[in-house]
Amino acid sequence: MESRKRTFVRALVAATVIAVIGGAAFAQSPPPVKIGLLATLEGPFAAGGQDGMRGAELAVRQRNGVVAGRKIEIIKASSDAKPEVAVNATRKLVEQDKVDIMVGPLSGSEGIAVKEYSKTQPNITFINGSSGAQATTLVNPSPNFFRFNTDGGQWMVGLGKAALDKGYKRVMVIAEDYAFPYSQVQGFMTEYCKLGGKVPVKAWVPLGGKDYSSVIARIPKDVDALVVVLGGADAVNFLNQYEQAGGDKPLVGGSITVSQDILNYKGKRRDSLVGTIAGAPVADAYDAPEWKAFVADYKKNFPDGYPSPSLFALVYYLNMKATLDGLEAVKGDLSDGQKKYREALSKLVLKSPVGDVKLDANRQAIGTTFITEVVKDAQGNLYNKVLRKIDNVNQTLGVPPAEFKVGSRDEPNCP
Amino acid sequence: MSAANWRGAMNVQAPRAVAPESPRAGVAPPPPRRFSNPVRARHVVVLALLLAYPWFATPFFTFQIGAQALALGLIALSLTFLGGSGGMISLAQMTVAGLAGYMVAIFGSAATDGANLGWPWWLAVPLGMIIAVVAATFIGWLSVRTEGIYTIMITLAIGVGFHYLAVQNYAVFNGFQGMQKVFPPTLAGIYWRAPVPFYYLTLAWALAGYLFVMYLLRTPFGIALQGIRDNPRRMHALGFNVTAHRVAAYAVAGALAAVGGVLFTWYNGLVTPGSVGTGWLINILIIAVLGGMRHPVGAFLGAIVFVLLQNFAIDVFDRERFNLVIGVVFLVIVLFSRDGLLGWWAALSARMSTQRGGTPWRAASGRSYAR
Repeated sequence: MESRKRTFVRALVAATVIAVIGGAAFAQSPPPVKIGLLATLEGPFAAGGQDGMRGAELAVRQRNGVVAGRKIEIIKASSDAKPEVAVNATRKLVEQDKVDIMVGPLSGSEGIAVKEYSKTQPNITFINGSSGAQATTLVNPSPNFFRFNTDGGQWMVGLGKAALDKGYKRVMVIAEDYAFPYSQVQGFMTEYCKLGGKVPVKAWVPLGGKDYSSVIARIPKDVDALVVVLGGADAVNFLNQYEQAGGDKPLVGGSITVSQDILNYKGKRRDSLVGTIAGAPVADAYDAPEWKAFVADYKKNFPDGYPSPSLFALVYYLNMKATLDGLEAVKGDLSDGQKKYREALSKLVLKSPVGDVKLDANRQAIGTTFITEVVKDAQGNLYNKVLRKIDNVNQTLGVPPAEFKVGSRDEPNCP
Repeated sequence: MSAANWRGAMNVQAPRAVAPESPRAGVAPPPPRRFSNPVRARHVVVLALLLAYPWFATPFFTFQIGAQALALGLIALSLTFLGGSGGMISLAQMTVAGLAGYMVAIFGSAATDGANLGWPWWLAVPLGMIIAVVAATFIGWLSVRTEGIYTIMITLAIGVGFHYLAVQNYAVFNGFQGMQKVFPPTLAGIYWRAPVPFYYLTLAWALAGYLFVMYLLRTPFGIALQGIRDNPRRMHALGFNVTAHRVAAYAVAGALAAVGGVLFTWYNGLVTPGSVGTGWLINILIIAVLGGMRHPVGAFLGAIVFVLLQNFAIDVFDRERFNLVIGVVFLVIVLFSRDGLLGWWAALSARMSTQRGGTPWRAASGRSYAR
């Protein structure tokens, strides 16, 4: 009898201890916040996707992986820049891995597809990665899709004026034939046409094209410059062939045209790149202390990364930082279908290395654009000097929203 | 694969055709039963599992794993039929599937400016399939004049050619963007792209395609086709029109691929040049080889493994190198089995039946469909 009683008391004590410890543990560490992170680790933008992931990770590391007492758990997924692959990867993260917040994807048409999917998951908040198509937030926007980066059109604001200041009154456009370059060309032409510039010829070339001889043959004699919106290998191929054809027109570049790999280009025309102007949301030589601190932090955390964070690293960083800042603002409270969290995101003014970013009514960023010019430093290396910094660029590029049309092959037009 | 190999491969069917009550010792060859296949316990179990699947699986598993695997399996089935029964490996099956998807989008509705006609689904879908079957017949007519690796080359050339046409043509195919928001119609009050209805839609078509191929293999046409696969010169000497049979096989495979293609387009909700790019042409071959080509069910087994790997390989290994897992699994299956997963199954059941005192499948009967 005595022993049974003792056993009972012991069991009671043990149960109390377990309950107290368990309760305390529960109170001390709320469940982690799961964030899905999607970028292209395969396909044509694999290098960019990897750097985008670095940018997003940097934002998490700056907070030591904890926001408002809740641990941040990142679940990564990959796509290959195809919209259907991006949606499959997102669906897996949301429905199978049960993430609370989704960050991604990388490229334009992926962004549009993921935005459409986000409408079927009203209790999850979607935040863009680095996709820059206008239509994502401009046409049928989704109430739970947020984009804290400016789009391809916004990145070119100010370039039209810069081109006219250089004396380029007539230009020919050479761009790849898909949504992102359409936006870029529109960003350039909206301002350029309004100020009286003329674009007599636009050449749309397939993505990944190798032969530009037919395009080069079409360049009219009377244009003052070429607006080249090509990325990576396409831009190098074009420059080589233009050099061989004896071309001598000055260039105006898109946001991913005059990147570091082009500046390291070894052809004879290298010196003629000096003076090339371009528009982008990032400028290597920007001298604000916030930017310098960001570059130093990136280099410290990722010794295997690029000498300076790429556009993808910066933009993923912005979106992930906004994700975490919003979480901080609501003290990690994601209850009630994340309603409070979304309100906080909508009101958030993001302090970023490239200035403040805020959102418009479509949950699209209003932010800073840089106009840069290629110059040669004392050692003979080429780099992008900041010509002008334009703050508060909105998605309709200053045009009233009712009159604004999404860019396409024929829009805008000023021959 | 040589004719002798194909005959060996086909023998695996023999025990299945044996009536359940007949002795398994194989002393006397069982009576040939050509036009019916006995329904066995395992068929009932598999069918019941397939039907009950959405009731215990999450919507994610129902839609992204189940429905996607069935739609892809149907496209791969067209290649299994062509390759396994006709001896022709065509890389253009995804092209036919993609063309059907494109046509349904163009005739029907999609969120693209100007390019689509907006016809009702009951007109757009059959029309799209007819065009795809005509295209498949044309591809067949071009490529049956070649054998082996040359067939692969010519169909690959057609596939890549169509990919570039779709990328660069804006008037019809809307270029790089392709067709967005191509969804199945809402019929009888049911939104057919919701996970459970879409799963049953793909299941119904996959079963129909599977049973159709099983039936076709026992018809005079199917038997003649297998004869042509094994020895075209002899079949020609016997008075069969070899070319006509092969072109007809391409048309049949085209119809299967077209159904699968429309379902796959609805699954993705879009069709772009990427959907008919080289990657997908090869993926269909991978699915067919992975599953095994000796029996139509291989296409679906291959598709399930393929879809599972695509989705979950990233969870089992370093996330930035997950393609390595996919590659290694493919390599292991192909390296250690002569005929994909079906080859393993055959080896396993052979060992089981030897242990139970029966004869290995290979010795059970010398009969094949062609007899």
